[in-house]
Amino acid sequence: MTKKPVISARDLDLTFETNDGPIHALKGVSLDIEKGDFVSFIGPSGCGKTTFLRVIAGLEQATGGDVSVNGMTPEEARKSRAYGYVFQAAGLYPWRTIEGNIRLPLEIMGFARADMPRRIERVLKLVDLEGFGRKYPWQLSGGMQQRASIARALAFDADILLMDEPFGALDEIVRDHLNEQLLALWAKTEKTIGFVTHSIPEAVYLSTKIVVMSPRPGRITDVIESPLPRERPLDIRDTPEFLEVAHRVREGLRAGHAYDD
Amino acid sequence: MRNILSILTVVIAIIALWYVGSFFMNRAWVMDQAARAGETPSLMQQIEGTMTQDRAKLPAPHQVAQELWKGTVEKKVTSKRSLVYHGYITFQSTMAGFALGIFAGVALAVLIVVSRVADLALMPWAIISQTIPVVALAPMIVVLSNAVGFESLIVPKALIAAYLSFFPVLVSMIAGLRSPDGMQLDLLRTYGASQSQVFWKLRLPASLPYFFASLKIAVAASLVGAIVGELPTGAIAGLGARMLIGSQFGQPMIMWSALFAAAILAALLIWLVTGIEALAARMMGGRRA
Ligand SMILES: Nc1ncnc2c1ncn2[C@@H]1O[C@H](COP(=O)(O)OP(=O)(O)O)[C@@H](O)[C@H]1O
Ligand SMILES: [Mg+2]
Repeated sequence: MTKKPVISARDLDLTFETNDGPIHALKGVSLDIEKGDFVSFIGPSGCGKTTFLRVIAGLEQATGGDVSVNGMTPEEARKSRAYGYVFQAAGLYPWRTIEGNIRLPLEIMGFARADMPRRIERVLKLVDLEGFGRKYPWQLSGGMQQRASIARALAFDADILLMDEPFGALDEIVRDHLNEQLLALWAKTEKTIGFVTHSIPEAVYLSTKIVVMSPRPGRITDVIESPLPRERPLDIRDTPEFLEVAHRVREGLRAGHAYDD
Repeated sequence: MRNILSILTVVIAIIALWYVGSFFMNRAWVMDQAARAGETPSLMQQIEGTMTQDRAKLPAPHQVAQELWKGTVEKKVTSKRSLVYHGYITFQSTMAGFALGIFAGVALAVLIVVSRVADLALMPWAIISQTIPVVALAPMIVVLSNAVGFESLIVPKALIAAYLSFFPVLVSMIAGLRSPDGMQLDLLRTYGASQSQVFWKLRLPASLPYFFASLKIAVAASLVGAIVGELPTGAIAGLGARMLIGSQFGQPMIMWSALFAAAILAALLIWLVTGIEALAARMMGGRRA
């Protein structure tokens, strides 16, 4: 593991000017993410998780502080295809097949036509959707659609995967399954992953590093380095180590007065 | 099956009402004739008398059906009395105007969505254009296009048809091109997509269902435009011209059969457009997600 962080945020501030006055979405946020980390952001809604991820992705401009991604500004990193972004909704184009959807970023980034089938094949395999390339999105279940959207984010070999509550709209059983697959995918590809969730078990199960946030103003209240091994079967969730980490996350959320109101 | 049954029920109800209407509208003439002859007709005689007049105020359904049959099947299609001939004349201008209207509607919508200036400059005019009654505008368009040197009536008729049909296309296309949400646009930003890529890869395909939905309205509007274009312009051919001739020369049968021919033409056009829409939907991935 290299010492130099892949993503580094220093003293980030972001204030939205709204008609009802300024909203401090982020205040004094500092965080380092190392290569190969799986970092979860957890906290009640409105604590700035999405905003933080968007700042990292260069979709939102911080009003103060610095962010660097691979030593570049988020804008530059975005242009150099540093990350794939996965939203809560799969957002597949209904008029394109699954293959066609995965081809979309490749077309936009100008990959060679001849190169595309091989890449599509590879990422479909990574998310366990082999044989579904010719299907249209509506022919797939919600969980499969979300996996297809992950494949789309993986197709152009970004080193960083940013995911904003990607499984938030899915039921618990599908979610468990996808979490397991995501860990396998992470182990295979050695990507750096930023993952927003508001499920404590999900955060603890997936992450090497858990960032606990609290609202008004949005800030980081705790950063927990997980003592769990990288290899994690689903039943690790019944071990004392797991429960201990989960407990600390819960404490962190409480300390941020997250459930005051 | 239930569908067909309910449609049939409505059709039968309309026809029944129509017969009743014909009876009352045409009875005065029967009574008049009888009074002049010094007779008092029985109810049966009255009914018979109201259903068989050549110049009935309101011809009965079977009379109109007969006239339609004569005008379409029994006349040679080249005959000046053939409804097929007149229908074709109207169909031509409808199609020319429809194509023009689609082109204008799409082009304007693209301009308006791509450029804020165009939005502010053009949109009010597009809306105002639809508040001017087309009947008032039609003669002017005919005179103007004649003055510019177009001899045939098809040009002004197509222009009037386009004038009516571009608007639904414009409104739908604007909505369609603007339908992608913030998340869709953000996704393309993370790929570093250019504005033109956003347009071709996202906005345009996303607008197609809106486009096809608007075509049904546009083709109907186009037909109305073509017919209106034939009314006040001295046209001698076309369904609109037949309607006018029928009413001016006291030939209600001609008027009614032309009216129904127009309705049948409208149904055929909409059926055609619906077919094209279904085909396009299948090519665009079948069911919408
Ligand atoms: N574009 C925006 N304009 C104004 N306020 C915003 C905007 N985006 C987010 N906010 C506000 O910033 C705060 C943090 O939002 P967000 O990052 O979405 O929280 P989370 O993802 O943790 O639920 C919220 O109070 C939200 O209302
Ligand atoms: Mg959020």
